[in-house]
Amino acid sequence: MAAKFDNAIVRWIDHRLPIFSFMHHELHEYPTPKNLSYWWNFGSLAGIALVIMIVTGITLAMHYTPHVDYAFDSVERIMRDVNYGWLIRYLHTNGGSFFFIVVYIHIFRGMYYGSYKAPRELLWMLGVVILLLMMATAFMGYVLPWGQMSFWGATVITNLFSAIPVVGQSIVTWLWGGFSVDNATLNRFYSLHYLLPFVIVGVVILHMVALHRFGSNNPLGVDVKSAKDQIPFHPYYTIKDAFGLGVFLIFFSAFVFFAPNYLGHPDNYIQANPLVTPAHIVPEWYFLPFYAVLRAVPDKLGGVLLMFGSIAVLFILPWLDRSPVRSGQFRPIFKIFFWIIVLDSVLLTYLGGKPAEGGYVIAARFATAYYFMHFLIILPALSIFETPKPLPKSISEPVIGGGGGFAGATAAPKENVR
Amino acid sequence: MIARLKTLAAAAVLAAALGIGGGAGNAVAATGSAEIPSRDWSFDGVFGAFDRAALQRGFQVYQEVCASCHALSYVAYRHLDALGYNEAEIKAIAAAAEVEDGPNDEGEMFMRPGKPSDRFVSPFPNEQAARAANGGAYPPDLALIVKARANGANYAHALLVGYVDAPADVKIPDGMYYNASFPGHQIAMPQPLNADGVEYGDGTPASIAQQAEDVVTFLAWASEPEMEERKTAGVMVILFLLVFTGLLYASKRKIWADVH
Repeated sequence: MAAKFDNAIVRWIDHRLPIFSFMHHELHEYPTPKNLSYWWNFGSLAGIALVIMIVTGITLAMHYTPHVDYAFDSVERIMRDVNYGWLIRYLHTNGGSFFFIVVYIHIFRGMYYGSYKAPRELLWMLGVVILLLMMATAFMGYVLPWGQMSFWGATVITNLFSAIPVVGQSIVTWLWGGFSVDNATLNRFYSLHYLLPFVIVGVVILHMVALHRFGSNNPLGVDVKSAKDQIPFHPYYTIKDAFGLGVFLIFFSAFVFFAPNYLGHPDNYIQANPLVTPAHIVPEWYFLPFYAVLRAVPDKLGGVLLMFGSIAVLFILPWLDRSPVRSGQFRPIFKIFFWIIVLDSVLLTYLGGKPAEGGYVIAARFATAYYFMHFLIILPALSIFETPKPLPKSISEPVIGGGGGFAGATAAPKENVR
Repeated sequence: MIARLKTLAAAAVLAAALGIGGGAGNAVAATGSAEIPSRDWSFDGVFGAFDRAALQRGFQVYQEVCASCHALSYVAYRHLDALGYNEAEIKAIAAAAEVEDGPNDEGEMFMRPGKPSDRFVSPFPNEQAARAANGGAYPPDLALIVKARANGANYAHALLVGYVDAPADVKIPDGMYYNASFPGHQIAMPQPLNADGVEYGDGTPASIAQQAEDVVTFLAWASEPEMEERKTAGVMVILFLLVFTGLLYASKRKIWADVH
């Protein structure tokens, strides 16, 4: 469906290469459920965070030197001698953290509202692929400043692969490009750290294609029934996303300008030294829950498998939760367990930052066991035993007999009912 | 409306919880040693700025006391204009240092007086030389020390004033010293600051605590020379964003007014 454009040049181009029609269709008239709450802002925010990371990252790459003897110095040169280098670097380092905050909220939103359910299973799985790619990118990016945590984090995490039977040690040597984390490792991590964000862009495009196939899920979780349920993406959601972006940038700027190293680790301002091991090797905060799972298992291979399993379980989530009701608003028991798994994840994050000893390890074991129990036992069981509340007929008519069950995180639809 | 604000607040709390969870975890894992008292610093807070007089006094302490063992390798003499020195003063400070340059046309390395564009000259040519001259211990480079330690400024101050007599039951080997704030309490650096060990040009009494405060202020600047520019820019950015986001919210309300 070709749109009408006033500008003759635009018409001429669009007739031959319909990019303007495409953009009009997908970004302007794109019909969107009218009841999306602010929790739906985090998808576009994640996209913007990715752009911030790529722009600042490319700029940093112009000044960075990927060599064990010069990497740390070149980062300090960026901080001290490159014009606004400190700003670009702090935007990039804090941008990574905020990218993860946004994506984690985005994932939990999808979990609460059943956004992974048919027909959006592939949309969800592509999202999990993006998360995995983000984790790989962030891990390799953290190595580049070549501080103590960079070096020892890289050593610990790459060593995980040695847990693989028979070929483990060979794989580690292959990953390192030598017999320890060294210049070859730094160089390949730099190369891949530059490459993977563009792979992420590619998967994000697939994520968008899958999203636009059926459109966004919504807080009620019921399918769009008629045009009455929808509004065009522009201007309604462009302005709503812009407002959300403004709020995001306020939080982001507070960290970048006033606490730029709060989320980092002081040891990473000490140049990497293979002869001195830091007292506690801790990854960046966004890896802490997975780190807690890894250390909760006494067996190395078991820990590695469980750590990857904690993400693998997300891949099959659409088939673990068989309840036909999408939104947690209409699932009284699921709702409770949702908040427990949120708390469990926060607890794992906390435990991942603590030394692996005493009560912390025991707590991490319980939290890890619960994490898997939630996905592998509770969700499948709930699909069978839970009686959901009656669903509204449509987005425009959310309240049916009795109603009043909306005291959840999203009261937004109520406001739209007149 | 209220429900929406509630949603936003919930998002903010979640973000903050994630942030604090991570930050606190890291901080605890970092030193895990003696209690470090918190002090008020001129450079604390949103509007914090380095006390210029303290910076210059601290630079003097660094030059006269620390510089004989500790390098300051990422700082150049020209950076000292941030301390309030003028061009002539910086040239004089730089010229007092001997810098190795070369090779010249004969292929020889040679010594020349420092220039403002030179980095601070390190007291030792390499780590091994530094260790050899210090009983095997390596005096760390101080250019990043405040950022490279948890609670950096308070820790550095506590360390400098932390030389007290060892408790009776603690045995300190020869060549080591007892320090109340150093992790493990056994430090290879002898007490660096002494009362009136330096003579301040501005007449400030040079107690140990005063020197410690001054030199830590200087080292905090050396770690984060961009801090004042960063905070000033941050205030402007946040003010702009508050107004801009307010306008976006008003526009959003107006545009959405017809959605039923």
